[in-house]
Amino acid sequence: MPELIAKPALDHAPLIHGACRMDPAELGPITSVALYPGQEKAVAKVLKPLGLSFPAPNSLSANGPVQLVWTGRDQAFLIGGEAPEFGTAAATTDQSGGWAALRVSGDAAAEVLMRQIPLDLRAQAFPPGRAVRAPLGHMSAVVIRDEAGFLILIFRSMVRTAWHEIETAMRSVAARV
Amino acid sequence: MRIPCPLCGPRDRREFTYYGSDDYLNRPSPDAGEAAWDDHLHLRANPAGETHDLWYHEAGCAQWLRVHRNTVSHEIYGAELVAGRKGDAQ
Amino acid sequence: MRIAGRGLIDRNKPVSFTFDGKSYAGFKGDTVASALLASGVRVVGRSFKYHRPRGVLTAGAEEPNALIEVHGATNQTPNVRATVQEIFDGLNTRSQNRMGSLRWDLLAVNDLMAPFFSAGFYYKTFMWPRAFWEKLYEPAIRRAAGLGRLSGKHDEGHYEKAFAFCDLLVIGAGPTGLMAALTAARAGADVILADEDARMGGRLLSNGETVDGQPGLSWVGQVLAELGSLPNVRLMPRTTVTGAYDGGIYGALERVGLHKSARPDLPREAFWRITARRAILAAGALERPIAFPMNDRPGIMMAGAVQTYLNRYGVAPGKRVTLFANNDGARAAARDLMAAGVQVAAILDSRASASTVEDCPVYLGARVTNTTGRHGLRLIEGHHAGGEFKLETDCLAMSGGWNPTLHLTCHMGGRPRWSDELAAFVPMEGAVPGLTAAGAANGTFTSHGCLAAGHAAAEAALADLGLTPAKLALPRAEGLPYAIEPLWAVEGKGRAWVDFANDVTTKDVKLAAQEGYTSVEHMKRYTTQGMAPDQGKNSNVGALAVLADATGRAIPETGITTFRPPYVPVSVAALGAGGRGLGFAPQRFLTSDQASRDRGAPMIEAGLWYRPSYFPKPGEATWRESCDREVAMVRGAVGVADVSTLGKIDIQGRDAARFLDLVYTNTFSSLALNRVRYGLMLREDGFVMDDGTTARLGENHYLMTTTTAAAGQVMRHLDFVHQTHCADWDVRFISVTESWAQFAVAGPKSRALLNAVLDQPLDEFPFMACGTVQLGGVSARLFRISFSGEEGYEIAVPTRFGESLFRDLVAKAETMGGGPYGMEALNVLRVEKGFITHAEIHGRTTAYDIGMEKMVAAKKDCIGKTMAARPALVGPERQQLVGLKIATGTPPCSGAHLFTPGDKVGREESQGYITSFAHSDLMGACLGLGFLKNGRARHGEKIRIVDHLRGLDLTAEVCDPVFHDKDGEKLRA
Repeated sequence: MPELIAKPALDHAPLIHGACRMDPAELGPITSVALYPGQEKAVAKVLKPLGLSFPAPNSLSANGPVQLVWTGRDQAFLIGGEAPEFGTAAATTDQSGGWAALRVSGDAAAEVLMRQIPLDLRAQAFPPGRAVRAPLGHMSAVVIRDEAGFLILIFRSMVRTAWHEIETAMRSVAARV
Repeated sequence: MRIPCPLCGPRDRREFTYYGSDDYLNRPSPDAGEAAWDDHLHLRANPAGETHDLWYHEAGCAQWLRVHRNTVSHEIYGAELVAGRKGDAQ
Repeated sequence: MRIAGRGLIDRNKPVSFTFDGKSYAGFKGDTVASALLASGVRVVGRSFKYHRPRGVLTAGAEEPNALIEVHGATNQTPNVRATVQEIFDGLNTRSQNRMGSLRWDLLAVNDLMAPFFSAGFYYKTFMWPRAFWEKLYEPAIRRAAGLGRLSGKHDEGHYEKAFAFCDLLVIGAGPTGLMAALTAARAGADVILADEDARMGGRLLSNGETVDGQPGLSWVGQVLAELGSLPNVRLMPRTTVTGAYDGGIYGALERVGLHKSARPDLPREAFWRITARRAILAAGALERPIAFPMNDRPGIMMAGAVQTYLNRYGVAPGKRVTLFANNDGARAAARDLMAAGVQVAAILDSRASASTVEDCPVYLGARVTNTTGRHGLRLIEGHHAGGEFKLETDCLAMSGGWNPTLHLTCHMGGRPRWSDELAAFVPMEGAVPGLTAAGAANGTFTSHGCLAAGHAAAEAALADLGLTPAKLALPRAEGLPYAIEPLWAVEGKGRAWVDFANDVTTKDVKLAAQEGYTSVEHMKRYTTQGMAPDQGKNSNVGALAVLADATGRAIPETGITTFRPPYVPVSVAALGAGGRGLGFAPQRFLTSDQASRDRGAPMIEAGLWYRPSYFPKPGEATWRESCDREVAMVRGAVGVADVSTLGKIDIQGRDAARFLDLVYTNTFSSLALNRVRYGLMLREDGFVMDDGTTARLGENHYLMTTTTAAAGQVMRHLDFVHQTHCADWDVRFISVTESWAQFAVAGPKSRALLNAVLDQPLDEFPFMACGTVQLGGVSARLFRISFSGEEGYEIAVPTRFGESLFRDLVAKAETMGGGPYGMEALNVLRVEKGFITHAEIHGRTTAYDIGMEKMVAAKKDCIGKTMAARPALVGPERQQLVGLKIATGTPPCSGAHLFTPGDKVGREESQGYITSFAHSDLMGACLGLGFLKNGRARHGEKIRIVDHLRGLDLTAEVCDPVFHDKDGEKLRA
């Protein structure tokens, strides 16, 4: 019998340029949760024991390391914890291996990311607790702001490109100082 | 140009894929006849002024939007989710 | 010549740079233009058409003459304005548009030929013979006319794109812009202040005026210090706002590294997309020349520029300066020169009545009618109220008045309005939603007026933004009168230039009018006035005034050409920043990527994905050898291929089956649990969109696969159908492409290979079955499907286990005489089996064309069904999918056309075309798939294949597209 070895999407060492730092992040399991029409109450009931609520667009609900992040109409990603049984209230899929996560932090993080993401990511416009779907260059991403900085979810197959593009932005922002 | 996505907020038009007139929302029944189908797929008004057309928020929430805008002034009056319309039973 | 004690240059920081190979000294804060003028260099370039010696005309981005090449380690940038380029140690610049030296340009002969080179010369002269154009005229003209040269190499410099957002964008940091930014910033608005100059302050840096009783410079310093200390203000010097676009978006070009020696990672330029809720255009005004005879000699400059060189750079552009002006404001330049100890020969005021009280002679009613001095002005001649004059002077400062810099207000179709009082165009209000022009850009030409206008514009913007202005006392400043009497052109013998950059004279404009090009747009195109790098900033209003005069119309009636973005030239590298390499197209890597590369597989792009072409073995010299071996391996033993690139969409819900029935032509509600079915998807117009297999994993749970190429399109289509036609259905779907690594295991030994890796050997698992299996404790999905025609499976594991499983499968396969196979073998295998890809379903083929019309279920509706039944989309006239067998010789290529033997080879005779081909060892022939008119009825016929592109002319036998195992016995084994 083979021993299947799990491999992370990225094994890069953390990167620091100027006032910005980038790390590969390990998020644990990711499960997509998609409400069926009219199932808001039923889903809320399942989420309640977890200390979570279904997030409004562009936001997230968090309880300790577990967060439920809005990712689309009637759809959210449960990150960092095992999914409960939703029965007929919501469809779930395992998305764990499909996404790679990058943490981008430091005083220049927003400035760096605004080279690649066409949104106002500055603290007053994009405070902790915000979570949006947005393009990073030509790549589809989930952009989450928490106290520690930004968490970027990107398709696993493209994460090397995302790393390279953010690194390039980090370098050019740092070179201006 | 910025399109006000009802879910994601105002976003640059590069995040969207254009499709065409909102005529596409009204699919004829299979037996509606050639003229109705031809009209549905091919015949379009080309208004100078207000128009409703369909945009897909591909780089965002993956929703189809019905955008109300003006082809002359380029003003965008608003956008609604196609999925949020009333009476969309097939 | 430097003037001691003047200027904002840092005299403690000398800088050395080169111009045409010669080293020059300047100071930090100098531009190339100011440093060259300080060194006494007068000729800095040659004119576009006549190759006349030209000097610096202006002190800003509108410069038409002093265009230079900047040579860097990795770049060669032509047409850089010497008035904008700051100097730094090691800066290497060259003059341009010359043959030989700048001083003795061989093409200066063009100047002697000037009588022949009038407007429309090329149109009239090089008409005939036609063949001469490409070979003779065009190369000669291109060499003679034109500006700087490109290096011919890729620009390896680093350019950046970036996004910014603000409540208020203030464009220009002169008195208006500074006051507007300060007013808005103190009220708490989120402000961006952008200015194209390296140093903010605008005319206050040049005109020596006072603000609130202190030097204007000190006031600028205080305001900038306060703005710089506020967290809600972003100062963007060296940033030109180049365009205004829909939705409050502004394009802006920032010179990030152009004023420093190249450093790794430091962008040369950044192109910003700024989204602003409100904007104030405080871009100032541009001084305009007067078209008097021989007005283009080095030493003839704009009066405002002379003042700037003196006060800002501490440079006197001449030893004995003369002023020629039609307005009061310009006299400040003469006064400042005299205060600095520079001799002013005279003030030549074109007006009949004006003050004559100055510390130098003042002549009214003056006109300059000729100038002398080939490489620099020596003498001017003319007449004034008192008679004729001749004056020795080495610098003539001219001022024909000012034009508000209103370009941005025209970028969305706004037309400027003519003001008789200012003898200038002023902006149309509301032409760009959210943008207000203020200060000089709006025709207010006094410092005090500008401060007041900036303040008022900001207050109005704050009201729109819902913010309350803080109390702020308006500083007092000078209000020098701007009394002007228009003077556009002076009659005389010599040529009088309107457009220096494109060598257009008043005579050319008059000729255009005479030949019928009386519309301003026609005159522009006929004379090329306004089409040079300065885009008419110096010449537009003057030229149309001359045209108005020549056609007997008033200026507003004559109209003005349209200003379009960009306001200043923007390098393509900056516009396209971020769009090269990975920024152009992300790379998608399979989990098996490294394992494939470890085996020496060349990777080929499939959309954004990188897939192995083939896996070379020692001794194999060509890809064909590897490919043929891999095909034989799959047919004879077992092969492993990574097929994770196929799109995978998880579909769930009580209405999932109903939804699939709507999007597929065939029925999926009837599919048994744990079974897979091939499905065909149409566009609403009846043509095939995609195909793939869909598995039923549970009662209300399906897994759809799409082709690699159409994964995105299918997702968009499913979203459309769902949201448009059945948003209330109980169905939810999401892409799981990236969640699973999936491998094809194909060949007679495929089951044995699987059994070697599965925790439990496979039991009953018929063709088109699917189910969950365990591998080392990991749950995997197994599908019995085949794209090779052999017994085949696809096994999917969570992505993180992909690489491990691939390596293991390949290692075990090799012990069974198998191994990995790549895209080349995959293609041969599927062509032999007659399986289609997007080469066949390319958007113009129907279910009928590919022989699948029976898959369109009769009992239900589906997307595309009605339109697919159109008479023209079925029948013998259609080109139908066929196989083609070519016994020997060169393989054909996709795109080759098919002809009935004996027919003429022409477009109308074409019977079809080839879409795919492969060399097949198995069939001992070259195989093709293609579409042939009425093809299904023509099996057994000979057909001629012609490919003009590759020079091929072959004969093939038409046959069934399925060459291998027609009855599918192997598939079901």
